[in-house]
Amino acid sequence: MVVADKYEMVCGLEVHVELQTKTKIFCGCTTEFGGEQNTHVCPVCLGMPGTLPVLNREVVNYAIKAGLALNCEIAEFSKFDRKNYFYPDLTKNYQTSQFDLPICGKGGLEIEVDGEKKWIGITRAHMEEDAGKLVHSGETITTSNESSVDYNRAGVPLLEIVSEPDLRSISEVLAYLEQLVQILEYTEVSDCRLEQGSVRFDVNVSLRPIGATTLGTRTETKNLNSFSSVRRCMEYEVARQARVLNAGESVVQETRTWDEGKGITLTLRSKEEAHDYRYFPEPDLAPLVIDREWVEKIRKTLPELPSARRVRLQALGLSAYDASVITQGKAMANFFDEALSYYGDAKTLANWVMGEVTRLINTNQSSMDDSPISAKQLAELLDLIDKGTISGKIAKSVLEEMYSTGKEAKLIVKEKGLSQISDEGALQGIIDGVISANSQSVEDYRAGKDRAIGFLVGQIMKATKGQANPGLVNQLLKEKLS
Amino acid sequence: MGTEKSVSELHELLVHKDLSSTELTRAYIERIHSVDPELQAYLTVLEDQALTQAAEVDYKIAQGEVVGALEGIPMALKDNMCTEGIRTSCASKMLENFVPPYNATVTDRLRAAGTILLGKLNMDEFAMGSSTENSYFAKTRNPWDLECVPGGSSGGSAVAVAADEAAFTLGSDTGGSIRQPAAFCGVVGMKPTYGAVSRFGLVAFASSLDQIGPLTKTVRDNALVMNAIAGYDPLDSTSVPSEKSDYTKFLVNNIKGLKIGIPREYFGEGIDPDVASVIQAGIQTLIDLGAEVGECSLPHTEYAIPAYYLIATAEASSNLARYDGVRYGYRAEAADVLGMFKTTRAEGFGQEVKRRIMLGTYALSSGYYDAYYLKAQKVRTLIKQDFEKAFEKFDVLLSPTAPTSAFKFGEKSANPLAMYLSDITTVPINLAGIPAISIPAGFVKGLPIGMQLMGKAFDEGTLYRTAYTFEQNTNYHTLKPNLSGEVLARGSR
Repeated sequence: MVVADKYEMVCGLEVHVELQTKTKIFCGCTTEFGGEQNTHVCPVCLGMPGTLPVLNREVVNYAIKAGLALNCEIAEFSKFDRKNYFYPDLTKNYQTSQFDLPICGKGGLEIEVDGEKKWIGITRAHMEEDAGKLVHSGETITTSNESSVDYNRAGVPLLEIVSEPDLRSISEVLAYLEQLVQILEYTEVSDCRLEQGSVRFDVNVSLRPIGATTLGTRTETKNLNSFSSVRRCMEYEVARQARVLNAGESVVQETRTWDEGKGITLTLRSKEEAHDYRYFPEPDLAPLVIDREWVEKIRKTLPELPSARRVRLQALGLSAYDASVITQGKAMANFFDEALSYYGDAKTLANWVMGEVTRLINTNQSSMDDSPISAKQLAELLDLIDKGTISGKIAKSVLEEMYSTGKEAKLIVKEKGLSQISDEGALQGIIDGVISANSQSVEDYRAGKDRAIGFLVGQIMKATKGQANPGLVNQLLKEKLS
Repeated sequence: MGTEKSVSELHELLVHKDLSSTELTRAYIERIHSVDPELQAYLTVLEDQALTQAAEVDYKIAQGEVVGALEGIPMALKDNMCTEGIRTSCASKMLENFVPPYNATVTDRLRAAGTILLGKLNMDEFAMGSSTENSYFAKTRNPWDLECVPGGSSGGSAVAVAADEAAFTLGSDTGGSIRQPAAFCGVVGMKPTYGAVSRFGLVAFASSLDQIGPLTKTVRDNALVMNAIAGYDPLDSTSVPSEKSDYTKFLVNNIKGLKIGIPREYFGEGIDPDVASVIQAGIQTLIDLGAEVGECSLPHTEYAIPAYYLIATAEASSNLARYDGVRYGYRAEAADVLGMFKTTRAEGFGQEVKRRIMLGTYALSSGYYDAYYLKAQKVRTLIKQDFEKAFEKFDVLLSPTAPTSAFKFGEKSANPLAMYLSDITTVPINLAGIPAISIPAGFVKGLPIGMQLMGKAFDEGTLYRTAYTFEQNTNYHTLKPNLSGEVLARGSR
C-alpha cells in the first residue's frame, strides 16, 4: 500500500470503560444494562433542580485498581471538574469529569506484535459520569421529527483511559486494545461487554512522511465499539488521509464519526466549531485525598495479570503461542489454573483445554464461564488416561458425554464399560483369534511388510471395541509373530 | 392574634393550651390575606395543608404528648427550597410550573420538627438580586415603607417575618441575600458557616457560596431554627460531619471581655453616614456591656465584589445550564433542538439572570479563564486569609449589614453595578465561608438598620451570644412597621 511506503501512521487512543459498580457514580440508582427507558433514574442522576452529587467510593476503588493494573501513578490529590456543554443527553448540560488532576497519571502496558515487544504509554485515566442516550425517530437528531432521551445510562461511572500517541500501525492498535480490555477484564474493573457498549473507543490518527519527527494533523473518530470497527475505521481513515496528502492538500483537524454501514468516516464537527468546554472545579464535591494505605490495600486485591500469567505458563513448559491462547480470556485462564492444581502436566492440560474443551464449547455456542465440565472433572479424566484406564481416543468421547450429562468421567467409564483391557491373559486369546483368522496378513508381515501389523492391531482393537490398550497389543503381537 | 409573637412565646402558649396551633395557623392565614395583597411576600399559600398539619399537632398536645420547640409553629420557605408536591418556582418563568417530587433536606427537617408550612416566598429570580425586583411574578414591598424594596434576594422571607405573616422563615444567602433583606426589614437573619446546613434541595445559584439560614423576630428564635436545620446530611458532600449542637446554650446576656474587631474597610466610601452613626452607637452599646473593641483591617475587601461576581456568575452559568426545556419547566416551540434550547432560555429567564449567565460564561471561556475565574479564586483565598488573621485577635467582627437603608424601587435596578455595590459588606463573608448575622440596630428616617456580626467558621455560638446580649439591652427588635391603616385598607379592596 502506498501509505506504508510514504507515510508513517501516528495513533493515540481514548478508551471509555464502564466500571462494574452496582450503583451509579453520584447516586444509588442501578447501573444494570437495559431496563425500560428512564426506569433506572432518580432526581440526582436526572440533575433535577437542587439535587447534589455524592461520590460512590466504589468507583474510586475501581479506578485505583485499574490504574495500578495499567502501571499508572495514583494521584494523592485529585478532584472533579465540570465540563460544560449543551446536549439533550446531558441532564445538567455539564458532565462531571476530571480535568487537570485525574486520579491516574502516567502509566502504560507492553504489547507484542510479530514477536516484537513494545511499550505503549498511558497519559492518564480519569473518572467521569456517562451521559444518557438519544433515541431518534429518524436517522439523526437533526433529521428526526421526534427524539426521546433514555437517561438510564446517565451517571453510570466511566474511566477514560488516554494513551500516548505511541502506536504506529493498526496491528499495534489492536494489540494494545486487546491487552487493555484483557487487563480490565482480569481485574474485574469492567465486564468489558463491548456489544453492550461498556467499552468505547475514540481513535486519534495522523500521518507524517516517513522519517519526519513532527506530528501531522490528526482527526479524532469517536465512539467505536468493536475491534473490527476500529480496524476498518483506521484502514479507511489512513487511506483517506494519504489520499488528501498525496493530492497536495492538508488534512483538516476535526472530529469525525464512523458510519458502520457504509464503512466510511464523516465530519462530525470541525476545529472552528470545536467546543469550549469551560471546565472549572466541581463545587458540589470535595477534593479527593487518597492516602497511600488506601492504594496499598487495593494493590493487594490485584489478581495476577495476563502478562505475568503468560510468563508463568511458559515456565511450566507451554509455548508462547499456547500461553497467549490460554490467557486470552480470563475464564479460560482461570479454568486452566484450577485444573492445574489437580493435574500436574501443564502441556497435556493445555492441549486438552485449547483443543477438546474449546471445541465442545464452540460447537455448543456456549462460553467458558458456564462450561458444564469443571476444572476438577477434566483433571480426573486426564488422570484416567495416565493410569491407562482409558485411551486418549476413548477419553474424547467420555468428555463429550461429560459435557452433555455433567457426569463424572469415572462414572461414565464404569457405566459404559469403557475401561481399557490391559490384562495380558484376556488379550492373548483375542490376539490368537485374530492371528488365526488373518493368516495372509501374518504371512505378509513375516515376509517383511511392516504395514501388515497395523491391520492386525486394527482388527484386535475392533474386536475389543477400542478398549484394548494399544501399546500392550503392539508389544504382545510382535512377540507372538517373531 | 399571636402572629406578632416570637417562636419561643408561641411555644409557651401552645404547651399551656392558651392557643392551639390551628388557631395560630388560621391567624397567620388571615394576616396573609389582609396584608399580602399589598406586600406580595408569598408566591404560594398552602391553607388546607397548613391547617391539616396544625390539627395533627393539636391532637398531639391534646393527648398530652411533649411537643418540640418548633412544633405547631407556622413558617414559610423561600421558593428556591424544594417542597415535594408543591410548586418551587425560584420566582422564574422557567420553573413557573415546576413541582419537585422530593423535599429539600431543610424542608424535611422542619417537617420532622413539627412546623407548619404556610407557603413559599417571593425572591429575586434564582436568588439573583438585592431588591426582590427581579421576581418574574411580583415585587415584594418593604412593610416599613411601601415605596422601598425589602432587599433581596430573600425579600419575601424577610417581609413575611417583619409583617407577621409567618413566625419564622428560611432564606438563602449567596452574597448577602439573608442578611441584607433582614437589615432592610428589621429582623434577625443568620448566614451560617458554609457546610453547616445542607444545601440538598436548594435550587443552586452559586454552589460554593450558597447557604440556607433562618430569618426570625428574635435571636433566640434564630438559634431554635438553627437547631432544627443544621447538621450533617449524607445527601450533601459539602455539608460538614459534626455533632448536633444546641445553639440556645449560647444565649447568655453577657459579653464581658469579648473582643470585637471593627474592620476599617467596612466603614469607608459608599457607607451612608447615617448608617455609620447608627452602627457607631451600637458599638458604644457593646462597649458599655463590657466588650473590648478595636480596629482591624481586611485589606483585600476592595477586590471582594469583582471576585464574587466572577465566581458566582461562573458557577451560576453552569448551574442554570440544565434549564433547557428538555426535561421539565418552561419549553418554547422551535424548529429544531438548538432553536428550542435557545428560545426556551431567551424567554424563560429574566434580564438579570441572563446578564449573569453571560458574565459567567465569559469568565470561564478559554482565553479568559486565567485572567478572570482563576484570578478571582486567588483573591478569594486572600480574603479568607484576611479573616483568619483578624480572628487571631478578635472573637467577632462588626460592620453595618448594608451601606444604606432600604432604597426605593427602581433606584438601582437601572444600574446593575450600583446594585452590586450594595452587597459590599456582605459578599466577603460568603467568599470566606464564615458565619454572619444581621440584627436590628436602629433606624434612619423610619427605616431599620442592620448590624452585621461576623464569626469564625462554625462559631455561630459566639455570634448568637453577642447578638443576644445586644438584643436584650436594646428595643429595636420590638418595634413593628405600621400596617394597620392604609395597607390593610388597600389590601382588602
